[in-house]
Amino acid sequence: MSLALIAALPFLGALLPGLMIRAGRTACATAAGSATALALIGLLLHAPAVFRGEVIQARFDWLPALGLNATFFLDGLGFLFAGLILGIGLLIILYARFYLSKSDPMGQFYSYLMLFQGAMVGIVLSDNILLLLIFWELTSLSSFLLIGYWKHLPEGRQGARMALAVTGSGGLAMIAGMLILGQIAGSYDLSVILTQKEAIQASEWYLPALILILLGCFTKSAQFPFHFWLPHAMAAPTPVSAYLHSATMVKAGLFLMARMWPVLAGTEAWFLIVSTAGLITMVIGAKIAIFKDDLKALLAFSTVSHLGLITMLLGLGTTDAAVVAVFHIINHATFKAALFMSAGIVDHEAHTRDIKRLGGLRKLMPVTFVIVTVASLSMAGIPPLNGFLSKEMMLEEAAHTVWWGSPWLLAALATIGAMFSVAYSFRLIAHVFLGPERHDYPHHPHDPGFGMWAAPAFLAVLVVLIGVMPMTMVGDLVSVVAGAVTGEAVPVKIYHWHGFVPALFLSIFAVGAGLVILGLHAPLARLWDTTPRPEAKRIFDALVEPLADASRAVTDALHDGAVTKYFAIATVAIIAAGAFAFWGAPHLPGARAATPVAPVALAGWVLLVGATLALFVFHRNRLLTLVLVGIAGLMVSVAFAYLSAPDLALTQVSVEVATIILLLLALNFLPKHTPVESTGGRRLRDGAVAAVAGLGAGGLAYALMMRDLSFPTIAAYHLENSKPGGGGTNVVNVILVDFRGYDTFGEIIVLGIAGLVIFALTEALLRVGPANDRLLAWAPDQRRAGARHPLMLVVATRLMLPVALVVGTYIFLRGHNEPGGGFIAGLIVAIALVIQYMASGFAWTQARQRIDYHAVIGAGVLIAGLTGIGAWFSGTPFLTSAYGYFTIPPLEEFELATALLFDIGVFLTVVGAVMLALASLSRIAIRAGETVNVAPYDIEPGAPAATGREG
Amino acid sequence: MEALVASAIGLMTASGIYLILRKRTFPVIVGLAMLTYAVNVFLFASGRLALNLPPVILPEAAGYTDPLPQALVLTAIVISFGMTAVIVMMALGAFLERGDDRIDMGDPPEAPGRPEGGA
Repeated sequence: MSLALIAALPFLGALLPGLMIRAGRTACATAAGSATALALIGLLLHAPAVFRGEVIQARFDWLPALGLNATFFLDGLGFLFAGLILGIGLLIILYARFYLSKSDPMGQFYSYLMLFQGAMVGIVLSDNILLLLIFWELTSLSSFLLIGYWKHLPEGRQGARMALAVTGSGGLAMIAGMLILGQIAGSYDLSVILTQKEAIQASEWYLPALILILLGCFTKSAQFPFHFWLPHAMAAPTPVSAYLHSATMVKAGLFLMARMWPVLAGTEAWFLIVSTAGLITMVIGAKIAIFKDDLKALLAFSTVSHLGLITMLLGLGTTDAAVVAVFHIINHATFKAALFMSAGIVDHEAHTRDIKRLGGLRKLMPVTFVIVTVASLSMAGIPPLNGFLSKEMMLEEAAHTVWWGSPWLLAALATIGAMFSVAYSFRLIAHVFLGPERHDYPHHPHDPGFGMWAAPAFLAVLVVLIGVMPMTMVGDLVSVVAGAVTGEAVPVKIYHWHGFVPALFLSIFAVGAGLVILGLHAPLARLWDTTPRPEAKRIFDALVEPLADASRAVTDALHDGAVTKYFAIATVAIIAAGAFAFWGAPHLPGARAATPVAPVALAGWVLLVGATLALFVFHRNRLLTLVLVGIAGLMVSVAFAYLSAPDLALTQVSVEVATIILLLLALNFLPKHTPVESTGGRRLRDGAVAAVAGLGAGGLAYALMMRDLSFPTIAAYHLENSKPGGGGTNVVNVILVDFRGYDTFGEIIVLGIAGLVIFALTEALLRVGPANDRLLAWAPDQRRAGARHPLMLVVATRLMLPVALVVGTYIFLRGHNEPGGGFIAGLIVAIALVIQYMASGFAWTQARQRIDYHAVIGAGVLIAGLTGIGAWFSGTPFLTSAYGYFTIPPLEEFELATALLFDIGVFLTVVGAVMLALASLSRIAIRAGETVNVAPYDIEPGAPAATGREG
Repeated sequence: MEALVASAIGLMTASGIYLILRKRTFPVIVGLAMLTYAVNVFLFASGRLALNLPPVILPEAAGYTDPLPQALVLTAIVISFGMTAVIVMMALGAFLERGDDRIDMGDPPEAPGRPEGGA
């Protein structure tokens, strides 16, 4: 299976749950699980090649000019992480099916989960670091949705916000770091960057890049001092916590450190920063975990601590330490996911996860007890479980490392961390399951059904199996992953008995001391509670709130709702920019000869200028304004016709008609007069701004027209290829439907959306609300005409309709070769239809209109799209046109082009959008009590003069 | 001819901007329409002016004007119609919801009750 498909499958799967939830909760979970399972199978098919040490690649060029390509590669490291993400993902999907209650929207949950899964798989399979960054940000966003899944809980919302703020800002830092890294290496492809170790470490930009990238990794992996978001993210449903904090989200930072290990590790800076942050995190996290009474909080801090352990191992920079890090990543994923899910089971059954209210569950929940015991013992590092193996190896590494100049400091701190770890692991068993059975549980607990404990039990079995026979289970895997991390072949030997080495004594001490701490837990907890300590959330809020206030203040000041002010500021800013550009450069006079002025052109100019100037004076009279705008629009279309643009002239004149009708219909409801509100000074100021802007625009236009083009245009290409390539002689139309067909496709979609937006706005106005009340109580402000549907007009428009339709068809058909085409024909037909509405009344026309305008818009976009897709069948790109000549006797030979089909799509969309807009206004009129004739005209002979109220 | 076109563009821009700076929705819509004319003619003029040289391939044609700006402007005209239609509906909706047609949110609405039609 292609790597791109593996990465895409979860995203495709994200679409399914939302749909499948209607078929039931099990169907929904099955849909999500199937997509995950399919991706997992696809991944496992690559396993033989990965274990042979091959690197599998998939490459799609996307934006090669930016170095952004969809390239994927799979080596041991990617294989391990993708396997964890998909494998544990599958278990979580099973578990969540039984965990979520009936009131939780399960479709949403699985959609978010699959989105997150896809983003994670994308991170670990990306070869291009820019692509990786996109997936990285996607994990932040989708984890925000997951953590805040219980929207009704304030902790959920706050936790989600905090996680997003911390990991998101880390992600921003990482973008900068990655860009620097790409610049140094000269490529954004990881496979290239990973070969550039010398160049990168020698660069003076190495340290900034390292720090920025580590900021991203540390925030994501909750390393000190960014560890505080993780416990707050525990407000999420337990399946989310189990997924995000055992195998995925927090491991993304570790993954990236491991991925970048070959080029970034091995320097003093890397060693000191990474190992120190990891060690501090490990010790602090473990210490806090001991005193947490919330089961999930305990597990959250233990996760922080284990992440610190792995970070520290990666920071050491030696091959052996990298092997241990890889091994512990596997182990931690198995036992921590099992523990989170078990904590969820306890919570689900006993209705509390407060350790103080639990205890004695051993007999009540035997299955859960066994699972938790196995996983906790592994977490504590008790032989022969897998946690023991990696902890021994870690202590052995620590014992041989000189850190901050001391040969024993690292080992001591690591042992203290291990000791705390023993304490909280045993506390989990002792305080929850051991001890006397209680009778005051919020809910009487018992083991859940098989579906719920199957997933953690499976993981617990893995914990044992890996622990008992590590080499058989994961020996090859660790070897190939460590090989991928370090870039060299690594022989891996994992065994239980290392002899009497320092690690053994440290380990024994840790277990003993840990048990002592557990024994002294009660007094220690009292001491802990009385000791003041920094509260991360309060500090975070204290930092974030002033920032939020400041940005709110700026936003409120800039966006106070005074639209006029925005317009004025924008206009002045544009004028200033133009003036700056103008005076900042020398100018030569234009060399182009002026076009002669004919008297007819002068007459048109006088009309246009007169109408425009009159607008300044008469703009308060709105009806007169419409007339003036109409004159200006007509003169513009005449100018187009005069200046060799017949298509534009036709379009402008028909749009003009439609616009004026639209404005007239709207003006029916709006005041007919604009009151004087601005002071004289303000009008003067606005006039000055407008005058300067007009001067600038006119001057620029003049300067442009009086100069020759500085380089040859692509007009020649279009003119030459219009006939041979597009099969049409009207070059403008051929550009629209052929050369730039894709643009036109987008534009008709926009037009269709505009029509639908108008429809939606109308729907909103006609719902119960103040607007509807006003319409129902509407009193017309103008006298009605006596004959509202004059006989002459009705008869004339009735006769004109077929003629207008024929003209529209003619304009449409000739469009490819002569001025015309889908846009213009659409407008003409729409106007012909609107005339019927105006002459014969809305209801009469509406009753005879059988086709829904929405459908017309949809059909238009669909036909245009299908025409484009049709090109695929002849092996050419989207929207490639074809044409041929046909003879059907007795007609003459004629030409048919696929562009014609496309133009039909354009035509239909234009008709649908224009008609939907105008018909929406008519609906408002009906709601306002506009009486509508039932008969075609008010004085139909032989029919009673029926006027009804409709709407 | 260039001077005529340029002065018309300038004047239409000026009137468009002046009307956009008014405080009621209707003048703003009309102003936007005027500005649209100006911008469309400006775009069209960037292909330079030509008389009797339409971009339709004919054997006897003396030459052709630049077809590309025309194609751009043609779609711009149609799209601007769609835009005008949407803002007209928004203006109408705001008027019906609020009872007056001011565009600045800070200004207090006129006297409550149904709007005076021909105020």
